[in-house]
Amino acid sequence: MAVSAPEENIMAKYLLLKHYRGDHAIAKDDLVPMDQWTPEEVTAHIDFMRQVSAELRERGEFVDEQALSPEGTFVRYDGEGRPPVTDGPFAETKDLIAGWMVIDVDSQERAFEAAARLSSAPGPGGTPIHEWIEVRPFYGELPVVTE
Amino acid sequence: MTDLGVDLRVLTPQVLGALVRRGADFAAAEDAVQEALIEALRHWPETRPDNPRAWLIRVAGRKLVDAQRSAYARERRELRVQLEPEPGPSEQDDDTLLLLSRCCHPALTPASAIALTLRAVGGLTTAQIAEAFLVPEATMAQRITRAKRTVSGERFDRAGEVGAVLRVLYLVFNEGFTGTVDLADEAIRLTRQLSAATDDPEVDGLLALMLLHHARRRARRTPSGALVPLAEQDRALWDTALIAEGVRVLQAALARDALGEYQAQAAIAALHDDAASAAETDWPQILEWYDELLRLAPSPVVALNRAVAVGEVDGPLAGLRQVEGLPEDLPRRDAVAAWLHERAGDREEAARRYARAAERATNTAERDHLTRQASRLHTGG
Repeated sequence: MAVSAPEENIMAKYLLLKHYRGDHAIAKDDLVPMDQWTPEEVTAHIDFMRQVSAELRERGEFVDEQALSPEGTFVRYDGEGRPPVTDGPFAETKDLIAGWMVIDVDSQERAFEAAARLSSAPGPGGTPIHEWIEVRPFYGELPVVTE
Repeated sequence: MTDLGVDLRVLTPQVLGALVRRGADFAAAEDAVQEALIEALRHWPETRPDNPRAWLIRVAGRKLVDAQRSAYARERRELRVQLEPEPGPSEQDDDTLLLLSRCCHPALTPASAIALTLRAVGGLTTAQIAEAFLVPEATMAQRITRAKRTVSGERFDRAGEVGAVLRVLYLVFNEGFTGTVDLADEAIRLTRQLSAATDDPEVDGLLALMLLHHARRRARRTPSGALVPLAEQDRALWDTALIAEGVRVLQAALARDALGEYQAQAAIAALHDDAASAAETDWPQILEWYDELLRLAPSPVVALNRAVAVGEVDGPLAGLRQVEGLPEDLPRRDAVAAWLHERAGDREEAARRYARAAERATNTAERDHLTRQASRLHTGG
């Protein structure tokens, strides 16, 4: 039986997932869709996201970020020699992943802090939109010392 | 680098250490050493200096003075120190420890200390370190820059705590092999350097621990990457030369009668390595060492490891009683309990605990192994 030695994890990677239209899409029911914000409000929101990304880079915690196009298709195997079955596109799915950021941080607490910072992005009137960010830990590496 | 007939990575920390010892700012000295290495790569293929180390110190010293002069010109500030080094007696051993203790400064997070150690003492490139930790090079560069800034403020002419250095080297070793750089090899190389430079049995205890674990590396995974637990490893794959060296280093350390946690951990590893088969393992003696380890460095993880040994010596039910007293959220608590339940004949409970352990695993190798254990019990294997 193998057990690992103490404090094997130094840094851990976390996925910060941005959802749209899911159960936790936004905190406020009355949030106006972004295309109805003023151009200044849209710019302020985007600048803020860029600023958060720059902060993470400066701290040496940034790994990756991507935004996803809203339309997706479900695809599955349908047997040997047959074309894949597709379903969709689903532009109005209940839970849509809008994009993600991957960070490499020294604690879960720090990952939550970074997610909360993302969630404080300004919306209409410059106030935070309190968007929910899903935080998912990556699997790490198997440590060497195991007894 | 090898075609220069000298390992620049061994010289790098010595040169950096010499400059820092003479009062140079750490970050500036590191830049100067990098420039000196570039000069070496340019000039040495034609004319090898008789004393490469002295050559590098001289050139790096000049680069440092040049950099300070241009900083002076920019900022119109007075030059504080003249850093052209003088020829003197060799201080390279002290410098290694000096440099390591600076890179492992308690003000740094473990991740920062590791990055800085691998860069400044290990002589790895930022790209190599980034690859080893699977982050972009720019991110690693930033981490190193911030770490340098943190330790740059204070003057540093005395070595700090060896304990902090050992912890960082241990963590580097435990990172193992993820990319093109073998961090376990690197940790052993640095610990050997530290061992040669210091007079502390715990340094040798850590070196022995690393060697004794490293010896088993080929047996630890199947060719397809699946985890092989210690008891099931093919012991013919173990590196007997490394085991012999590890035991030798450990015995010399123990003979000095200043026991510490790394020596105790190494002793446990040595007893495992010494058994020709899992069945021949000297569990009573391992249990004694766990008692010692628990006294030296008490922690729930050590207590959990000890429970495994108790299970072997006094039976699985005695082991389970030890596990029961440990915190619910302790990593691998379920895996140990599962194994003890199976030994006690309760396959159903064992399967349940293996499945739960798999859910809580923090890496895929363990998750897959635990899932296979659960499925083996479920299907009557």
